[in-house]
Amino acid sequence: MSAVDEPLYPIALLIDELKNDDIQLRLNSIRRLSTIARALGEERTRKELIPFLSENNDDDDEVLLAMAEELGVFVSYVGGVEHAHVLLPPLETLCTVEETCVRDRAVESLCRIGSQMRENDLVDCFIPLVKRLAAGEWFTARVSACGLFHIAYSSAPEMLKTELRSIYSQLCQDDMPMVRRSAASNLGKFAATVESSHLKTDIMSIFEDLTRDDQDSVRLLAVESCAALGKLLEPQDCVAHILPVIVNFSQDKSWRVRYMVANQLYELCEAVGPEPTRMELVPAYVRLLRDNEAEVRIAAAGKVTKFCRIVNPDLAIQNILPCVKELSSDSSQHVRSALASVIMGMAPVLGKDATIDQLLPIFLSLLKDEFPDVRLNIISKLDQVNQVIGIDLLSQSLLPAIVELAEDRHWRVRLAIIEYIPLLASQLGVGFFDDKLGALCMQWLQDKVHAIREAGATNLKRLAEEFGPVWAMQHIIPQVLEMINNSHYLYRMTILRAISLLAPVMGPEITSSKLLPAVITASKDRVPNIKFNVAKVLQSIFPIVDQSVVEKTIRPCFVELSEDPDVDVRYFSSQGLQAIDNVMMS
Amino acid sequence: MTFSADSLTPLEWKFSQVFGERAPGEDVQEGDVITTIGFEKSGDYLAVGDRSGRVVIFERSESKDDSLLYDSRKDLEQLDFAPARHPTFQYKTEFQSHEPEFDYLKSVEIEERINKLKWCATHSGLLFILSANDKTIKQWKVKDHKVKKVKEMSPIPVLCPENVLLAEGSFTNEEESPSIAHSCHLEWTEKLAQNHSPYQDTHARIGDIEGASRARCRKVYTHAHDFSINSISNNSDGETFISADDLRINLWNLDVSEQCFNIIDMKPSSMEDLTEVITSAEFHPAHCNLLAYSSSRGLIRLADMRQAALCDHGARILQHGESRGPKSFFTEIITSISDIKFLNDGRHLISRDYMTLKLWDMNMDSSPVAIFKIHEYLRPKLPELYNNDCIFDKFECCTSGDGLHFATGSYSNLLRVFPDGVGSEGGVIIGAGTTPNRPFIVFLSSRAGGPFTKLLQGIEDHP
Repeated sequence: MSAVDEPLYPIALLIDELKNDDIQLRLNSIRRLSTIARALGEERTRKELIPFLSENNDDDDEVLLAMAEELGVFVSYVGGVEHAHVLLPPLETLCTVEETCVRDRAVESLCRIGSQMRENDLVDCFIPLVKRLAAGEWFTARVSACGLFHIAYSSAPEMLKTELRSIYSQLCQDDMPMVRRSAASNLGKFAATVESSHLKTDIMSIFEDLTRDDQDSVRLLAVESCAALGKLLEPQDCVAHILPVIVNFSQDKSWRVRYMVANQLYELCEAVGPEPTRMELVPAYVRLLRDNEAEVRIAAAGKVTKFCRIVNPDLAIQNILPCVKELSSDSSQHVRSALASVIMGMAPVLGKDATIDQLLPIFLSLLKDEFPDVRLNIISKLDQVNQVIGIDLLSQSLLPAIVELAEDRHWRVRLAIIEYIPLLASQLGVGFFDDKLGALCMQWLQDKVHAIREAGATNLKRLAEEFGPVWAMQHIIPQVLEMINNSHYLYRMTILRAISLLAPVMGPEITSSKLLPAVITASKDRVPNIKFNVAKVLQSIFPIVDQSVVEKTIRPCFVELSEDPDVDVRYFSSQGLQAIDNVMMS
Repeated sequence: MTFSADSLTPLEWKFSQVFGERAPGEDVQEGDVITTIGFEKSGDYLAVGDRSGRVVIFERSESKDDSLLYDSRKDLEQLDFAPARHPTFQYKTEFQSHEPEFDYLKSVEIEERINKLKWCATHSGLLFILSANDKTIKQWKVKDHKVKKVKEMSPIPVLCPENVLLAEGSFTNEEESPSIAHSCHLEWTEKLAQNHSPYQDTHARIGDIEGASRARCRKVYTHAHDFSINSISNNSDGETFISADDLRINLWNLDVSEQCFNIIDMKPSSMEDLTEVITSAEFHPAHCNLLAYSSSRGLIRLADMRQAALCDHGARILQHGESRGPKSFFTEIITSISDIKFLNDGRHLISRDYMTLKLWDMNMDSSPVAIFKIHEYLRPKLPELYNNDCIFDKFECCTSGDGLHFATGSYSNLLRVFPDGVGSEGGVIIGAGTTPNRPFIVFLSSRAGGPFTKLLQGIEDHP
């Protein structure tokens, strides 16, 4: 090692660690492969580093994954695009390993490199690589090959193009379902590069084979390519070839395939266009909404608004709305919950009359649902309905539901509703809020669960921000200050927390006249926890108030506390004193 | 156990091999008791799990180069029948799959005992195995550990000194620590001594020599079973498998260990209403959506996973109606099915209960196609067997790759093999003894203890 020049030493170390027994060291080294390459220079990277990496394929998966990733951005280190082909052999080996994530990353890197390569390099190096992988003995190679065709195809000469198409169709009929799955999921990308004349013949026949595969897992991936292919085809071809497939899929024996259709339906509708959607897909969608498998109904219910937006309102009212009504009393709570999360969006689509006549009853029944999730989903989207039916109608039915949720016995439900209170307050306005919700907000400060008390305090702060200090002075501060005398020290602590949050919003005057005296009183508390919390609160509010107040009130309080028998109280008060001194100095 | 002749000639069974033979007078260790065995699909590998959580893998001992010489599988199979080419197995590797654990929440001990082993698709010399104890399933990757040996060096003067870094660094490093932890292990042969110059290229010819195999745990599928896992089964889609315990069946993706889906749940809301438990579950060999599971009530249910996400309802039930005939106190106990297996034809399946092996046609759900009686001589002794709990013993069953022979275990070191189509009394009785050439005597009256009783409960045919 003595022969090595000093600046090169870290590089030497990195190179050495590429071969270390310790995985972590090898991994570190691989992560800094670009540094090594820069130090070695382009030529030696090509001639030494890359061949070394190619041989190093029998390694830990984590190292291989890192290597696959690094090599994807290596083009500039091997001397630019004209030398990019030297990166292919190590990545080709990585495409055949058994670990899925390594293969996926290697394919990704190959695609990235391939899209930069010059056309004749692609023909000389990349396409043979794709062909080798596609003819690989192990299915892993063939799985990887499927993801490379879309890069290889466009620059291939005519003869090779024909060959590539036929290889792809063979991969779609491979014995291993894994290969067929990969071919099915990559079909869309590949089809996008194929000329339209071949699209209708070769690709469509490949596609039709896949849609008839006897493995559910292959068919459900074919559903995805429906939308992709549909966008590539002429509208009339799409109606002729894709539409029947979608309709078939929507009645597939396997619920997983139907689930995919329900999930993809919106994209499928876009692909076939509005007129066929009305004729063919609305009935298909209605079938899915009434499917006997709850999972399918969940997926379909979640798309109801999106779907209604692309068909006209009459059709939606006539065909979709009756199903929505059924779903609102579905036996599965998850279906109702999915419906509740999107049904609000239907209001603007259907217009005011239909919303009041048809949607409101559904929406009220969901608001009274026995599962809190369903109710929460409704409440979280209230603003959309508000715009259509107005606040009066809404608040009548809304309030009992909110009160019920606010007192739900699951604290997570209570927590969720607290988080919506500021939003509701802004939507419903001050007047409504004062009457009905004010008391609730105070109630939360005395909840049995700490997270709720904490959220209650934050909620007060957000309300004060929303309605302003004047309103807060009237409706929040008196009630809060009253509670500082609560007999339970934990509740007193919550109030201190609320004060420290409210102080910045309320401004220096109110803070020093109203809040500060309460805090100072609390510093005489008999519980040490309260006292050191007082010290913390004072520390957070002294920058807000006037300098004279700090000297007159806060500092003496700190001094007093710093002689407390409790060690924590002394600690926090001395911290407070230090903080004051620091501010004074600056 | 291997089938040595095709179906046309009567089967002739010969003793082939024994592993783990005891020295005279040596006691059987509790931990060494074999709990499950399984052949890999091609028949080239055999895995054995034991009570102390170990998995041992055996490999067919013909060298792989030999098998490449023959064009097709068929040639190879024919060769197998020739006495000279009788397949023998040799020890390949072993690893500790499960360790004893303690569930602090429920305050129960989780034994390390391997309940089931299943082979996944093999891939370029890599073997994948699923192994399960009562609660946890693990996926293992067994890798042949290639030891690279430098055979020849061609010293070429090099231009820059740092080049040594790529070359020398590795070798000195390896020399100092000749461990095989790094899977690509370079052995420096004596040629190193002849290299006077340290500046030389590494254009060495490197040859692979066979090294040890190493098993690594790839995935751990856990926290999904409240009860003891009794079966695991791979799906034909190559991407999923199921695991079954007494009351539930879960569906997993091989690559995802954090999440599984419960597809069958037989747990009643109150455990007092419990009437049956799942005893075994298996996927159809070709249809990825079909799965069969057996219960302690003697039912085989065929569930179609396409119909619904939860397959509790709407399953087709295969049940032997007549068995309800004359009832005795023991009828219910002995109808409990301990194992089911699909035949490779995808249409038939076999089930094992305490007294019989039954062959079912999936299209005929009212009665089995054939019933093979295993140990009818025990019928008068059922009260005795009940008293010493033997009546609850679980036996496995299996079929040959061609589906023409079924085998299952019995007591007294006995193994029953039935060719398809013979009557219920037909078939062959084979004694599994440790001394190969000992004349075979069947003691019908006494129940022999010892480890091989257990071995026989976990027999497996060569595919």
